[in-house]
Amino acid sequence: MDTLTTLTDFFTQPLQFAFVQRALLVAVVAGLVCAVLSCWMTLMGWSLMGDAVSHAVLPGVVLSFVLGAPFAAGALAFGAGSVALIGTVNRTSRVKEDAVIGVVFTAMFALGLVLISRVPTQTDLSHILFGNVLGVSDTDIAQILTLATLVLALIWYKHRDLTLYAFDPTHAHALGLHPRRLETLLLGLLAVTVVVALQAVGIILVVAMVITPGATAYLLTDRFEHMLAISAAIATSAAALGVLTSFHLNISTGGTIVLAQAGAFALAYLLSPRHGLLARRRRRTRPAHT
Amino acid sequence: MNTPPAIHVTNTTVHYGHVLALDNIDLHVETGTTCALLGTNGSGKSTLFKTILGLTRPDHGHIRILGHTHNKARRSGLLTYLPQSEQVDWTFPLRVRDVIMMGRYGHMGPRRRPRPTDHQAVDQALEQTGLTQLAHRQIGALSGGQRKRAFLARALTQNADILLLDEPFAGVDKNSESTIIDLLLHMRALGHTLLISTHDLTQVPTLCDQALLLQRRVIAHGTPEQVLRPQTLMQAFENPTPQKGPTWTP
Repeated sequence: MDTLTTLTDFFTQPLQFAFVQRALLVAVVAGLVCAVLSCWMTLMGWSLMGDAVSHAVLPGVVLSFVLGAPFAAGALAFGAGSVALIGTVNRTSRVKEDAVIGVVFTAMFALGLVLISRVPTQTDLSHILFGNVLGVSDTDIAQILTLATLVLALIWYKHRDLTLYAFDPTHAHALGLHPRRLETLLLGLLAVTVVVALQAVGIILVVAMVITPGATAYLLTDRFEHMLAISAAIATSAAALGVLTSFHLNISTGGTIVLAQAGAFALAYLLSPRHGLLARRRRRTRPAHT
Repeated sequence: MNTPPAIHVTNTTVHYGHVLALDNIDLHVETGTTCALLGTNGSGKSTLFKTILGLTRPDHGHIRILGHTHNKARRSGLLTYLPQSEQVDWTFPLRVRDVIMMGRYGHMGPRRRPRPTDHQAVDQALEQTGLTQLAHRQIGALSGGQRKRAFLARALTQNADILLLDEPFAGVDKNSESTIIDLLLHMRALGHTLLISTHDLTQVPTLCDQALLLQRRVIAHGTPEQVLRPQTLMQAFENPTPQKGPTWTP
């Protein structure tokens, strides 16, 4: 009885506060959008690209504050711009792609730091870097919901083409599809998704949101549709758990959400029935008879 | 006869950076015939496939597929391609059935939602390749020969006029090999055009109407009997590409 009340209180007590309700909405929506996209990110091997795009939005966020524009506008401009810059330098130099990514995103991030040091903003640097989900405004929520809907709609419309592109771009080409356009679409979706998740967990941890759920689901299934569903379930649960726990313990919300996702990954890594470490060990010691 | 040749490559040269990959290639494959593409590793077989598909841009040359450019040909669903096994991510979370369904995408609407006819085509291809029982396995859980058959099934469902097959017999057991040969003969009988690169010379006389021996340039082009003469084959070995030696035994 006592544990039941405690458990109920865990959920109901924080939800009496409007700011917690809003934080929960933002975190769950961001978790969902990131989780869906993370399935393609994991399979494409784009975690560094995720890291790059998220860091590169910093100058855009700062400039948005200066110009009084919506933060999403500046973030998107710089996110998409740095993706284009990475692609151009990669195609027109002999430097390998991961080095190009490393150079471009750190340069963008550095530009953001320099701008912040010269520009008086009401917003704390730490809020941009580490998220401020408990302080989101109505305008922020409107922007986040609009962009989240856009990403989910585009994925709903093009998900089979994106999967074909990720699996076999040559076959996509032979069928008359446009692999380059699909790559651009996926990168554009990444840029928008990063902006959606920015306020939930901050620039530094966004990459976790667009990689960890997909990587976890990849350990748990061999079917792509199931991977999407598992990834979404893990990420939204982790988001809700993270917001509520961080409220009770008075700890970093973004950090708690990402730790919850990492915990799920660790469990899947060890215990996944087919691809977990223990299952692999068991198969090796006891060879299967088929 | 007024129909243009299925594959018409003229005067085509390809460089990768400073490396000459294809030197003045001419290839002419009539509709409904099968052509073998022979050569050592690094002789330019895969490059020729990529050039026909429009993935590699030639320095100069002229390529037509049933009289069309590669863009028009691909969009009209005239071409299909069977990749080499090394190019595929076998851990990808797709079932055999899902992969074969991708061959139907050219026949579907923009969202690629399968219709009953698409499911029927997949069922039929599964049966033809003997994979019905394995349809729900993850693609990497198949043996080498079964994997080739799955990709061949994907090509069959597309029902393209021209099939480009890169090493369909590599790493394949005897059982899969005979299934694949039967299917390729069946496709030829139905009027499809096939371009097959292979190390396995024993299949060439039964399967192919003509053969092209490649060593960056065309060493020989003619009937299988003409090309498979020992003295002709020797020429492909006399100037092997520096990076890799010949790996096939005539």
